[in-house]
Amino acid sequence: MTELHRLTLAELNEGLRARRFSSVELTRHFLARIERFNPGLNAFITVTGERALAAAQKADATLAAGEAQALTGLPLVHKDIFCTDGVLTTCASRMLSNFIAPYDATVVERLSQAGVVMLGKTNMDEFAMGSSNENSWYGPVRNPWDPKKVPGGSSGGSAAAVAARLAPAGTGTDTGGSIRQPAALTGITGFKPTYGRVSRYGMIAFASSLDQAGVLTRTVRDAAMLLAQMAGFDPRDSTSVDTPVPDYVGGLEQPLAGLKVGLLKEFFEKGLDEESGRLIREALRLYEKLGARLIEVSLPNLPLSVPTYYVVAPAECSSNLSRFDATRFGYRCENPQDLLDLYKRSRGEGFGDEVKRRIMTGTYVLSAGYYDAYYLRAQKVRRLITDDFARAFREVDVLMGPTSPTPAFDIGAKVDDPVTMYLNDIYTIGANLAGLPGVSLPCGQSGGLPVGLQIIGPHFAEAKLLNVAHWYQRETQWHEQVPRGYE
Amino acid sequence: MNERMTWETVIGLEIHAQLATRSKIFSSAPTAYGAAPNTQANLVDLGYPGVLPVLNGEAVRMAVKFGLAVGAHVAQRSVFARKNYFYPDLPKGYQISQYEQPIVAQGRLEIVLDDGARKTVGITRAHLEEDAGKSLHEDFHGQSGIDLNRAGTPLLEIVSEPDLRSAKEAVAYLKKVHTLVRYLEICDGNMQEGSFRCDANVSVRPAGAEQLGTRCEIKNLNSFRFIEKAINYEVARQIELIEGGGTVRQETRLYDPDKGETRALRSKEEANDYRYFPDPDLLPVVLDAAFIESVRTTLPELPDEKAARYTEKFGLSLYDAGVLTASRELGDYYEAVVARVPGHEKLAANWVMGELSAALNKDGVEVTHSRIDAQRLAGLLARIADATISGKLAKEVFEQMWLEGQDADAIIEAKGLRQITDASAIEKTIDEVMAANPQQLAEYRSGKDKLFGFFVGQVMKVTAGKANPAQVNDLLKRKLSG
Repeated sequence: MTELHRLTLAELNEGLRARRFSSVELTRHFLARIERFNPGLNAFITVTGERALAAAQKADATLAAGEAQALTGLPLVHKDIFCTDGVLTTCASRMLSNFIAPYDATVVERLSQAGVVMLGKTNMDEFAMGSSNENSWYGPVRNPWDPKKVPGGSSGGSAAAVAARLAPAGTGTDTGGSIRQPAALTGITGFKPTYGRVSRYGMIAFASSLDQAGVLTRTVRDAAMLLAQMAGFDPRDSTSVDTPVPDYVGGLEQPLAGLKVGLLKEFFEKGLDEESGRLIREALRLYEKLGARLIEVSLPNLPLSVPTYYVVAPAECSSNLSRFDATRFGYRCENPQDLLDLYKRSRGEGFGDEVKRRIMTGTYVLSAGYYDAYYLRAQKVRRLITDDFARAFREVDVLMGPTSPTPAFDIGAKVDDPVTMYLNDIYTIGANLAGLPGVSLPCGQSGGLPVGLQIIGPHFAEAKLLNVAHWYQRETQWHEQVPRGYE
Repeated sequence: MNERMTWETVIGLEIHAQLATRSKIFSSAPTAYGAAPNTQANLVDLGYPGVLPVLNGEAVRMAVKFGLAVGAHVAQRSVFARKNYFYPDLPKGYQISQYEQPIVAQGRLEIVLDDGARKTVGITRAHLEEDAGKSLHEDFHGQSGIDLNRAGTPLLEIVSEPDLRSAKEAVAYLKKVHTLVRYLEICDGNMQEGSFRCDANVSVRPAGAEQLGTRCEIKNLNSFRFIEKAINYEVARQIELIEGGGTVRQETRLYDPDKGETRALRSKEEANDYRYFPDPDLLPVVLDAAFIESVRTTLPELPDEKAARYTEKFGLSLYDAGVLTASRELGDYYEAVVARVPGHEKLAANWVMGELSAALNKDGVEVTHSRIDAQRLAGLLARIADATISGKLAKEVFEQMWLEGQDADAIIEAKGLRQITDASAIEKTIDEVMAANPQQLAEYRSGKDKLFGFFVGQVMKVTAGKANPAQVNDLLKRKLSG
């Protein structure tokens, strides 16, 4: 029983079906671990213990009746950006610190229908704006590998929870790297699907044209299991795409012979931590051994991805966050004098600094007289970056490189320097601008901290990406490393 | 200005027509008017965190219908943008509206002016957008209430070129659009409920000048009467301002129907920077040619086509045709009458435009709910046409039909109103009248022709109006002259 947290989602699924343990036992086990370890990690904003146990009981009955769905009885955590009916949904913001969502996000709904048991809602950067999980009204999340270090962000809570084995899996969202980067920094698997593959309905919007839901898991197989349930067209999200969802799990073992792997030249240039670079090259050699051919490719416009992103994302966020006006839900200042005072103080007090910085940036780049110079130009560059990727994928099947320039950095190290913080997303942002799927896998350690290998694929090539990533985990044990104290 | 010059008025209208879809433009909430506050708004309309808009295809179809009806270019690709501003009745903090790429562009509509001349008015564009909610300032003890029932209601904003040269022209154009959207069944046209409303851009310039004057936008125009008054007030205000040495400021003005004046709401400098950008939650609206053509096949006969048919086929005047085609329902009624009294199209037109319209107006009912249906009215007209009753008596019959809902024939029989066309009976009455009025007869015969009317009146009095007037005339003339 004490070993349950060591099992992967796939193993737990098998155990539940073989009745080696019950969902209630499993849920109790993880809730106990959360109670024990979360005070040190601050990975959760809300733990939904009672609700989880009730769901686990129901799951056990379903299992006993032989009516189990794909994921019946498996515990999981949701990033607090997903609306969960009747449960506090804060987006880690004071603005929503009193917001009980009146409905389930499509991701939550689909996973519930598949039978998962939600353990709680995880901490994150406020409104998903950040790369370190320090921008949370509920305080920073700590990295299980070293409590002085950040877990990455914005899905830092889900990442820390999975890495510390407080949950076998978690959902996340990735607007500029918010799944892949924390996965890399905490030594787990993070998968961001193609834009439009998973519904955004009920996922509180940061930058609508970039946001995409995905998962943080221990293994690629686990990611495939969850994605199979989450993916697919949703009539409530016009940007979700109506294409069939292939059998992700069934395709994992496809041989890699003849695979063409593109090495992103721009990813190995200045700024990359030396040891991380060495580990990535080692990973690439492994793929060569598995039958892949390495081809160096160049995406000349990729270096423009950070500035492009920091025009497009704030522009959309400045508009998306206008609905938080203290009239229908959320934080409201005390004794507003008039309408303007209500708006100014509620928003001034309700939003954190980084959110305000991006709202202001976004408002500026959309303003009359600046729109063409910033927003429109950024959209053009975005097109060029997308074209660069498309050209590369005519030559190669997947692109590989680092997820993050460095392993986890110290809490507080970059908070006063937003530009340095923004540069942390330099390797991940491109996939968001182009809407491509990407995955980060643990591929070694630098100075005792995990390093992530990033693989990016063409649009809707999730199955291929999972297949390629899965082979790495067949051949290596990096994904089995557990931070000390959490074994 | 040293000497008094003549001024030319330039007007462009922005019409907001609420599209008659069952559900809202981006949500499944119903659009019905008049429900208790905030009962017709779902999470999408309330702008809740995480919700997303999904375009109502019916609204698109209606916009295309309008575009085709005004001979416009229907865009195969149009884009929804966000218009950002804060206001309590705007839940998301932005309005979704088409901006740079509207669904309809470059249409035109012909209006008939008072002197009968025709004028073509350009339609710059028509675009889809969502309506905002309403702020309620009463009954909240110094606070304001918000009703979001209307939030997300689909609107078609129809923008004209500055082609209108007077308040009268503006009203004629507005009425034409009003007629058209109801013909197309894309808007109920109810101005009291705000389903059809309009803003006017008004400027003046010296007659003959090429450059446009500075314009003011007048808002809150929700009746044809107010629009005419507001524009006339505004034109006079601008001319007086300029002639007094001042300049017109570009601003938004509100029309106050109680005071009959416009007053400044906000200047151009105070105007919001709406920070428009394409809405990333919605894909561009892409329409293929086949879809547009399929919508074209659903177009009804349009008012102008119908009016042309009435003048050609029924021999009606342009004016009559215009009145009868002002609404699709009135035209349908008229044609249903005509079908039953072929050859009497003008008679039918007079009765539909005259007695029937007056009765409808008096009772405040639509022609579709007329107490005398087309078949019954045709029954009455048939009796006029075959000379069973006179037109004068027919009005009495009509009144009774309206009140009691009987057929014309039943009333004519019951009240014995059948016209007397038997010449010998009429002659007998004339003889009696002449015998009873020897003095008048003598005066007439000595040349006082005017007394002819007196004798007609006497005959009609004796016959209770039932004698055929034409026959009475003929016979009287013969008998009186001895």
